[in-house]
Amino acid sequence: MPDSARMGKSLSAPASFQIFPLGDAAIVVKFGDSIDLELHQRVRALEKHLEEHSLEGMMERVPAYATVTIYYDPAQRSFHDIEQELRKILVVLADAPEPDPRIVEVPVSYGGEFGPDLEFVARHNSLTTDEVIQIHSATDYLVYMIGFAPGFPYLGGMSQRIAAPRRDSPRLKIPVGSVGIAGTQTGVYPIETPGGWQLIGRTPIELFRPQENPPTRLRAGDIVRFRPITVEEFASLRVNSQ
Amino acid sequence: MSIRVIRPGLLTTIQDLGRYGLQQFGVIVSGAMDPLALRISNLLVGNAPSEAALEITLSGPALLFERDALIAITGGDLSAVFDGQSVPLWRPILVRQGCVLEFRSPRRGCRAYLSVAGGFDVPLVMNSHSTYLRAQLGGFNGRPLQAGDVVNFRSASESATQQLRKLSERLSERPFVATDWFAGLDLAEYADDPTIRVMSGGQYDWFNKESREALVSEPFRITKQSDRMGYRLTGPTLQIIQPRELISEAVTMGTVQVPPEGQPIILMADRPTTGGYAKIAQVATVDLPVLAQLKPGAQIRFLSISVEEAQELYRSREAMIRRLECGIAQMNL
Repeated sequence: MPDSARMGKSLSAPASFQIFPLGDAAIVVKFGDSIDLELHQRVRALEKHLEEHSLEGMMERVPAYATVTIYYDPAQRSFHDIEQELRKILVVLADAPEPDPRIVEVPVSYGGEFGPDLEFVARHNSLTTDEVIQIHSATDYLVYMIGFAPGFPYLGGMSQRIAAPRRDSPRLKIPVGSVGIAGTQTGVYPIETPGGWQLIGRTPIELFRPQENPPTRLRAGDIVRFRPITVEEFASLRVNSQ
Repeated sequence: MSIRVIRPGLLTTIQDLGRYGLQQFGVIVSGAMDPLALRISNLLVGNAPSEAALEITLSGPALLFERDALIAITGGDLSAVFDGQSVPLWRPILVRQGCVLEFRSPRRGCRAYLSVAGGFDVPLVMNSHSTYLRAQLGGFNGRPLQAGDVVNFRSASESATQQLRKLSERLSERPFVATDWFAGLDLAEYADDPTIRVMSGGQYDWFNKESREALVSEPFRITKQSDRMGYRLTGPTLQIIQPRELISEAVTMGTVQVPPEGQPIILMADRPTTGGYAKIAQVATVDLPVLAQLKPGAQIRFLSISVEEAQELYRSREAMIRRLECGIAQMNL
């Protein structure tokens, strides 16, 4: 039976964060256990700091809802060493100003062949399809994190009024750019993948652009606004973005 | 300078040490399942250790060499033969133009790495040569090799050219000639029923006492639902004390996560960047190559070690690789 010290236990900290290892080559700073704006702001503040002040031996970082994971080279830094440095940063960081979000507009052609499940979402919520479009496009969505697929945004802020369950049987191929709803979440598919989300529309803009740096249009911390467009606008935007 | 694919084998892809720096954008790392074998196969042919090589899985391809080439094969023993003659592993080999490299049946391990002097000439995509299968990017046209593909090499380094000259003197009419020295196999510590060293995962404390004990006292078996993304294990059911929701956070290669049904999954090279299952353990980096060579059906046991011990193992492994690199460079001159 391993005791927790031998297994590398979580270290509690006086302020409201925890630091613990993700194995021998990554370290996690955790601010809490929920999806909310305040934790997100703390994640952003640490991200901003690390973007401006790289740590020795740091290879990359992954911000998530309430954590920042830092991958490092154990040949250069020990866990203890990098943990101490992070603690010093986090104490000062409490007073750091909130970074300003970028606003990214995502044009969407709702319904029709691009949004085969729009009518289902409307019926499910006793709304018209126009009302679903109006509600979906009237909100500012916060990109809490990117994961699952390159450039796939975990968006916060969707109205409960257009929530809808996942499809009973997932589609084998969801076309690139599809905008979907699953439960109270909404998202955009940057690459073709299988999936069970209700598809309500499609964007002509590329969210994943592997030839560019950074390779995704959206980043954690961005604000997304969906703008309804016609099928004709979809076609012309598609041409212009290529 | 090129190879032509006659038969592609089960899953033959171009991989390097992975696509780092873009996980924050959801871009997965990919790269060699057995990074140690890839690094050594590259060193043996005078390449940078991070150069792209072929990762060959279980049932290997048939490859025609369209020019003389200096190659090395490391990793699992998949019974490589050149024109019917058995090919030794873990050493530089000069291959004659027109010869066909084939693989018979896996003798030991699961994944072999084939490096060519100079490296495979495929474009860098997001700073890596690795094949990102799901996004159909990187490697050779973003996909596994297929029959009829022609994959080019770049020019060999100075040290590789010297080794190639030395070996040519001995080639005469044979399909290939290998050095009589070899290097690196002992470093990998491959085993058929290995003990894998793990540290505790971020949610280790969520699991009940029985599950935490079972993790390090009972054997687990690798199931057929195992691939480059992850290994599904079967063994004692691992249960958390009370149902709890984990919000998504980063994972890494070797993360041992447990879905609600209680059978663990070890995440491997093509893992997603983030996940929402409870993480009971994390495999020590030095034991990832051992895992990479295991086939479905293999039995493993876990042994718990501290992060400090894992990092010490990591540093001593890296020091051994550096010594090996110097040794190989001298032998090739």
